[in-house]
This record gives sequence, C-alpha cells and structure tokens, in this order.
Amino acid sequence: MTEKFEPKIVAFFCNWCTYTAADLAGVSRLKYAPNVRVIRVMCSGRVDPQFVLEAFARGADGVLLGGCHPGDCHYAEGNYKTLRRMRMLERMLRGMGIHDGRFRLEWISGAEGDKVRTVVNDMTEKVRALGPLDLPGKFKEWDKEMEELETQVNSGPAKGEAVHAR
Amino acid sequence: MKYLYFPGCSLKGSGKAYEESFLAVAKAVGLEIRELEDWNCCGATAYMSVDETRSYALAGRNLAIAERENLDIIAPCNACYLVLNKTQHALKDDEELRRKVVKALKAGGLDYKGTVRVRHPLDVLINDVGLDKIRALVKKPLKDLKLAAYYGCQMVRPYASFDDQHDPVTMDKLMEAAGAECVPWPLKTRCCGGSLTGTVPEAGLRLAYILLREAKKRGAGAIVTLCPLCQFNLDGYQDQMARKFEKVDFPVVYFTQVLGLALGLSASELGIQRGIIPAGKVLSGAR
Amino acid sequence: MSDNKQKKDALPRVGFYVCHCGTNIAGTIDVAEVQKYVSGLPGVAVSRDYKYMCSDPGQELIARDIKEHKLERLVVAACSPNLHEETFRKAAAKGGLNPFYFQMVNIREHASWVHTDKKAATEKAKDLARAAVARVQHHRSLDKKRVPVDPNVLVVGGGIAGIHAALTLANAGKKVTLVEREATIGGHMALFDKTFPTLDCAACILTPKMSAVKSHPNITLWTYSEVEKVEGYVGNYKVTVKRKPRFVKEDLCVGCMECIDACVFKEAKFRDKFNQGLGKRKPVYIDFPQATPKVVLVDPETCIQLKTGKCKKSCAAACDRNAFDFDQKEELKELQVGAIVLATGFKTYDAGRDPNYGYGRYPGVFTALEIERLVNASGPTSGEVVLRDGRRPKAVGIIHCVGSRDEKSNKWCSRVCCMYSLKLAHLIKEHSGAEVYNFYIDMRAPGKAYEEFYDKLLGEGVHFIRGRVSEVSDWAMTPDEEGKLVLRVEDTLAGFVRRVPVDMVVLSTGLEPQTDAQEVRRRFNIGCGTEGFFQERHPKLAPVNTFTDGIYIAGACQAPRDIPDTVAQAGAAAAEALSLIDAGFVELEPNTSHVLEEECCGCKSCVPLCPYSAITFDETKKKAVINEVLCKGCGVCAAACPSGSIVQNLFDDEEIFSEIKGVLSK
Repeated sequence: MTEKFEPKIVAFFCNWCTYTAADLAGVSRLKYAPNVRVIRVMCSGRVDPQFVLEAFARGADGVLLGGCHPGDCHYAEGNYKTLRRMRMLERMLRGMGIHDGRFRLEWISGAEGDKVRTVVNDMTEKVRALGPLDLPGKFKEWDKEMEELETQVNSGPAKGEAVHAR
Repeated sequence: MKYLYFPGCSLKGSGKAYEESFLAVAKAVGLEIRELEDWNCCGATAYMSVDETRSYALAGRNLAIAERENLDIIAPCNACYLVLNKTQHALKDDEELRRKVVKALKAGGLDYKGTVRVRHPLDVLINDVGLDKIRALVKKPLKDLKLAAYYGCQMVRPYASFDDQHDPVTMDKLMEAAGAECVPWPLKTRCCGGSLTGTVPEAGLRLAYILLREAKKRGAGAIVTLCPLCQFNLDGYQDQMARKFEKVDFPVVYFTQVLGLALGLSASELGIQRGIIPAGKVLSGAR
Repeated sequence: MSDNKQKKDALPRVGFYVCHCGTNIAGTIDVAEVQKYVSGLPGVAVSRDYKYMCSDPGQELIARDIKEHKLERLVVAACSPNLHEETFRKAAAKGGLNPFYFQMVNIREHASWVHTDKKAATEKAKDLARAAVARVQHHRSLDKKRVPVDPNVLVVGGGIAGIHAALTLANAGKKVTLVEREATIGGHMALFDKTFPTLDCAACILTPKMSAVKSHPNITLWTYSEVEKVEGYVGNYKVTVKRKPRFVKEDLCVGCMECIDACVFKEAKFRDKFNQGLGKRKPVYIDFPQATPKVVLVDPETCIQLKTGKCKKSCAAACDRNAFDFDQKEELKELQVGAIVLATGFKTYDAGRDPNYGYGRYPGVFTALEIERLVNASGPTSGEVVLRDGRRPKAVGIIHCVGSRDEKSNKWCSRVCCMYSLKLAHLIKEHSGAEVYNFYIDMRAPGKAYEEFYDKLLGEGVHFIRGRVSEVSDWAMTPDEEGKLVLRVEDTLAGFVRRVPVDMVVLSTGLEPQTDAQEVRRRFNIGCGTEGFFQERHPKLAPVNTFTDGIYIAGACQAPRDIPDTVAQAGAAAAEALSLIDAGFVELEPNTSHVLEEECCGCKSCVPLCPYSAITFDETKKKAVINEVLCKGCGVCAAACPSGSIVQNLFDDEEIFSEIKGVLSK
C-alpha cells in the first residue's frame, strides 16, 4: 500500500495582509493542512517570478502567492504589479507544461483568517490530486540522459552511425 | 447630398402624411432621396422584447442593405431611428452578438461592417442643409402661427446625438426659420403614451391629454411633432379625451408639413388633409 | 554543535533558540527534536530550547550566549514576528549583536496552533527553522537611519479645519504658515447663518477663531495665495507659494472700505461669488465685512484701471492710507517646513447637472448655499427669504440628496445634507412663515443631539415626505397649481404619487471633492480614492495620515464631514504633525532598497514603479537612484529590476532564494 502523497507547497505571503491573516487563523485556532511553508515578504510586489520558478525547481509541488485585495495594498499599488507579473508567469508555466493548479494567486485581507484555511486546504487537495511535480528528480533524469547522449556522441560517429536521442 | 430613405411600416400606413411631407420637403431643399431597396420592418420595441438577437438581425438587415450602396440612411420615424441606431451600438459593443448577426446576414448574402450612419431628418435639415439655406428658400413665412414643439422620447433617449437630451431646440429653430413662433413649455420630451393607448388606455390616454392641454394653455395653436406614433396618439383619440376629460380639439402636425407650407408647397402635397383633427384652418390662418 | 571545523570557519556562527511557549508550541511540536535537528545544521554554533524565550531570562540567555559563544547570527523559532521581532532584535542588540542579524521563525500561529498532526507539525517546524538558519547567514549589518525634522508647519486651506489645525500647532509653539486661496479665511462656514444642531450663529463661533489666527504671533497668514510646488520629504519640505496681487498693500489697508463707496461704479453690478451670485459687487470689494485679513482687493477682470489704464482712480484718492498699488505683481515665496496639513475643503454638487430639477431654468429653484445667504442677516437680502423677483414664498420644497446617493452622479452620502436641510427648513419657516416640505430618502441624523434636532423639526410643523422627487416643473393640472412650481414625487410611506405645488424649491446639493483635487493631490504626492477625495493611510486606524509621511489631511477634503468632526480631525492632524516634529527626528526602518550603481544598466524600468516617487534617474551618470528616506521598503522595484541591481535590505534575492531552498531541501 503506497503512502499518501504529501504535496510540498511554498507560499509567499505579504506582511500586511496575508501573513497577518495567517496569524489570525492561528490565533483563532483554525485547523488546516500542514503542507504549506510560508516565506514572508513585505509586499506581494516583492515576489519576483524567479522566486516562483526557483521554488518549483527546488522541488515544490505547488506555489501559493498571497497579497492584499486590489486597492488595499499597504504600499498603494504593489499588488497590481504582482497581478500583472503573475498573469504573464501563468502563461509561461503553462508553456513549460506545469499545470495551472500548481500556481495560485490569492487576495487575502488581514481579517480573512478563514480564507487562509480554505485556500490552503483546497490547494493541498488539488495539488495532491495532480501528483508530485518533482522537478529536481526530473533534472537528475535529464542530466543522466544528457550524459548518455554525450557518451554516445563521443563513441558513435567514427563508424558512421546516426546518433538518436531517446 | 444623397441619402437612402427608410420609411418603416408607419410611414406607409397611418403615418403616410409624414412620408408625403418629408419627401416633398426633401425635394424642395435639394436632397436626393431614394427609398431603401427591399427594406424590412425594423421590429420597433415589440420584437426587441420578444427575441433580442433576432430583432437585431432583423434591424441589421436594413443596415447591411444600405452598406451595399454606401449611403447614410434617413429614418423619419422615431422608433425606426432609435432601433436602427441601437442596433449599430449593440453590434459595435457586443462581439458575440455581432458574430451571430453577421452569420445570419451572410446566410442572406449580406454583410455588416458598421459603415453607414442612421440620421434623423431634423438632424439632416439643421446640420447638412443648414438653417441659412432653409431661411433663404422660405417663400411664405408662417407668421402668427404659434406652435408647441413636441419631440417625444425616442429622439432623445437614450442617445441625444444632435440635440440636448432634456431641452431639445432643433425643431424649435427649424420652425422659427419657417416663420412660426414656438412657445416655451416643459413637456417637450414627455411621454405621449406610446403603445399604452392600446394596451393600458387609462394611462395612455391621460398622458396624451396632458400634452395637448398644456400646449393649448401655453397659447399654441397646434402641436408640431416628429414621430408618427406621437402624432397618432395626440391626434387620434381626442374624441375619447373629450368624453373622459374635456374637449380638446387641437391639431397635431408634422414639422415637415409646417416647413413644406413655408416653402410654398401645397397642403395636399403635404398630406395635411390626413389629420383627424383638421389642421388646415390653423395653418392657413397664419398666411 | 557542528563538528565540521571547515564549515564552522566559513559560515557565520548562528545561535538557534526554539521556544516552548508553555504548551502552546511544545504541546504540538516536539521542540527537543527540533533543537537536536538544528544543532546539526551547518553554521549552527548554539542550539537551545527554552520555555518562554520572550521573557526576561529568555532574552538574557540570548545576550549571554552571544557574548560567550561569539555568536554572529540569531534565529528564534517561536510566535509571529509581528509580535516579537522587535523584542528579539533588542535582545540581540543588548548582547552586542546588530539587531538585523536576527531572523524569526513562526512555529506557533503558523504551525502549532493550526495543525493537529504532531509529526507533520514538527517536520514543518524543522523545515522552517532550517530555512531561517540558511537565510540569516546572508543578513547584513544594518542601521536605522535618522533624519532631522524641521519644526515649521504649512497648513493649506483656511476653512474651519485649517484654522483649527493652525491654532493648535501655533499654541504648541510651532511656527505655522496658513495659505488660503480666497482673499479671506473662513471657508464654507463663513457663508452659513446658523449651524446645526445647536443653531449657533456660524459667524459668532468662527470669527473669534479667525481673529485668533490673524493675531497669533506664531501664524503667518497668506491669503489670496496658492501652493505652486512641493519638493523634499518628511521633515524637510521646500514649498513654493504664489501670492496673487490684490493691488492693495495688505499691511497698509485697514478695511475702512471708503474706497468701495468712492469707486467710479456708482452701483454694484458684478456677480458676487461670496453671495452665490445673489448679490452684486463693485470691482473693488471685500468678501464680507468680517473678512480676515480685513483688506479689500481689486478684481482685474472688471476694474477699469486694470483693464484699460484709464480711470480717475477715485478709490485710491479716497484712501488716506495710500494703500492702492495698481502695479502690484504676483510674488513667489519659498518656505521650509517639516510637516504639511492639507485642509482644502470641498465644493458642492453643481445642481445644473440634474435638469429634472430645473435649476437655472426656473428662477424659483435655489441651491442650499444660496438659501444660506438669503437667511443670513448680513446676506444680500438681510435675512429675508424671498424669491429672485422679491416675492415672499408661501410654500417651499426642500429636496434632499441632490447629487448624492445617485447612480448617475455621486454614489456616496454627503453626510451633512439631511441635517442642513432640517436647519434650513427651520430657518425658512422662521423667517418667512411659509409651509415647508422636506423630500427625503432616509433621514440621517447620526451625531450628538442630531436626532433630537429632527424631533424638534417634526414638532414645528415641517412636512416630511419620504420619496425621491422625480421632477420640478411649471405645468399645472389644477387651478391651485397655476403659477407654482410643481414637485412630482412618490410618497413611499403613503403609497401614491403626489403633486406638491410650491413657490420655492431648495436643492440640498451634496459635497464633492474640489474641482482641482487631482491636481492638488499630485502636487503634494498623496493619493486620491476613486471618488476623488484625498486618500487616508487607513480608513479606521489612520484617518489623518496619508501614504506620504509628513503630509496630513483634515476635514472635507478627505470625505464629506460636518463641523464637529472636521474640528476633531483637524486637531488630530495637528497632533500627528506635533508628534512628528517634537520627536525631532524620524527613524526609518532599514528594509529599504538601494541601487548597486555598477550593475545598473540605466533601463529605467524601476523609475515609474514607485508610489512614493523614491526612484529618480541621474541623467549624468545614467543610473537609477533610490532616496532611502522616501523608500518605504515594498520591494516592487527589486522584483522588477531586470539586471538584479536593486537590493532590498532584509529581503534581498540571496536571502529569499536561500529561504526557498531551505524550506524544500531536506
């Protein structure tokens, strides 16, 4: 019997709204899935799309980005920039074959402790259903493939054989 | 100046006088008018309430035919004027609707691009011909004629493209160019009852009566209008009004009839005899 | 303790502490396991667990360990940083460590309190601790920057808000410059006759304050002046003020007004703005007799001398102070201030935008401000409530919510109109004996003694009809409607449509932002809400601060407001300004961003991103520059920089990347 797959989700929460909401969920003793690891930033606008990519590359199965509702950003407009960037990032991720459900942008205000709970639970289940992404594992596989290909190339052509990639 | 003419059902039926006077006046001021080929009913308000998409397609067909000739349309009937303009707006703003309507039109060998405009005859006379030219053409100015200019609703609501929405003045100016005097009154755009005279007569009749009563009170000799339904509501039920409220006996004419008289055209050319309440005396007494 | 000597030398020495927080954390998370796990991580010199880290002994433990074990970094796994980050930073400082070499791990609010699975919670705590240990090794030593604050203050707007703020600040010993666009201070309140709910005479309560402003040694009053430019930042603003020419020397004129009598225009014939167009004035005039400063001014649009140069200038001849100066020019003056209070007020809704109500078409239709002038004893009719042709009205209709609560114009409630409509109902009835009808949607009487005032009006025989008037018109259906203005309204409580004939209609127009609010707010670098009113920092907790430090807002420029709340808010704004000034300096959080000059390629992507205009472009060096005093530390620019040359202290790329790697790699 296989062990239940526990997805690893990295979350970037903005200090003023989402992080505060998560604190509120804690204070209210709401219970939710333990699969999320929160990284605190001052504004969701600090989140470089590269952070999201790095998280996936390092083994995250899902990435959650939490910011203030449009119009409420503590720094006036940071979340609008987040929105712009992430809409574009979503397209890129799709192009890379990373399923939509693995990256999620949510607006959670400082008073919405319950929303933190529902979003984390919902996302955990959705990513669980998608299965592991395991990009580090895939990188190892691809590296191995490249090595084998290199070996083939270095030993093959003298005999006039064609070299086939697998 | 060439235009296509969209008569609509009313102007071929109960609003015949409007067609007669409009065509006569157009000729007199030098507009080249040709009736839109194979035009169909615009649907007015009735069809729009039944099936919106089909209604737009129905109205759109007229626009598509006009596009083939690449000329602007003049629609004297207020309802046709509004429906055709509304169709233009809807097809421009709603991509999905446009797709459906164009598909339907294409099945009929037509296409729609939104290139022609739908104009009101008042708009064309004031802005394309110009008041100066009209004043120069007036042969028999109608002095001593006091009119209450009544615009109705569809010319100004919701689109007031060539006049003020709450206090329009273009018809007043045109009538003044014809030599008449327009009395100031606050009911220029108040509802005449529309279809209510048929469906809810207690309400419809009263609305029309209020207009006639006030126009009379302000010292006008007649109401001058630009919509065939308004003309009909105000002109056609005065016997019922006499029974229900009081005797009214107030003529209601089209602005094209008044202008036509000033331009020297004959009363019969302008269909003045078609009014239920005789207008001839009031209009001719002014000469 | 890590036993890899090489690693120990290369990495900064980290002290790690996991708190039990009684059973709050330890009840769910195996803190011993976490302590043991972290002790084996690279760079960790000390790893401890303790019952209550935030307590005095807990903090002392940290301070001791820093000294004894020569710790160079500190990580505490406990509650939320929003609670105790500052506490542990201070503990680090006490131990001699730079407070910003500290990173906190949230394993209470984010773990022990929200998970039931103990094993999973402990794993999570280990992951987060590992990430923090990796991150903190990239922290740099930082200092909170201190900027001095100029003690002078600028107050913009001389209505009741600006007056009160200026007086409060001046009484506290600060030098205040009060700049007002009109020729006199007093604002809208100077127009009113009486104020609700007490029916206090507005002039009686306002004029003493106006005099106080004029005579206060700490207040410089510049009327007929406007702010042209604002430069600088909190504590250090440089403001340019344009003083418009009155053509009269302010320090010589004593306000005797002999010149007005002597003017070559025997009759006043120009539109009097102060009297809302109901009265007339001459080219040389004063807004009202109690204007402050009491100095006349000359209108360049209507004065013959100023327009043609050919007038016998009988005004100047009549002036025995020799105060006239027809060559007076506009002056630009510069001010240095530390704080600015904006109290620029409101404008009323233009009643002409509702053609159904006939304002401008029927002479019997008035706006509320016009009525304020009519009922005012020092107004154009000496307090007589009469129509424009001089007749007394026998019936008056007051229409509430004109330009408020309306989808077609302004959606908001203007807050004061119900109350002033009641006030006007009372005054009109008192002055003319007319029948008064108030047409309302809801009766909003939220303030102290407001509901009681409404009660009083009910007792006075004013008629109240709940319904939105659809039309004001002059067509009559019955003989007693002849010659009247007829209001058509659905009486929603009685359930039928009424026609109410009156002689006079009063439109209770709502409050809107000033016409040039957008221009003004950009000049001061603050924000506006969607309706156009100035944006407060937080609607509940910071109603007088803006997102720009050092600039405060008060009164109706922020939202429609009555006089009591305006005065309260003005006091609050003054207090905030005092709090800034009396501290003497501003300490800035160091999580600001800066540009690595060598790496900046001059693409300017960052420049338009900053809502605080902290990023400028140095044209000579062709590099972006961030003013760390203006920077609030959001990090948006750091994320946007394509070359990664913007670094946000405490949240730079290296720190965050190490945190990401830390939470994921086992």
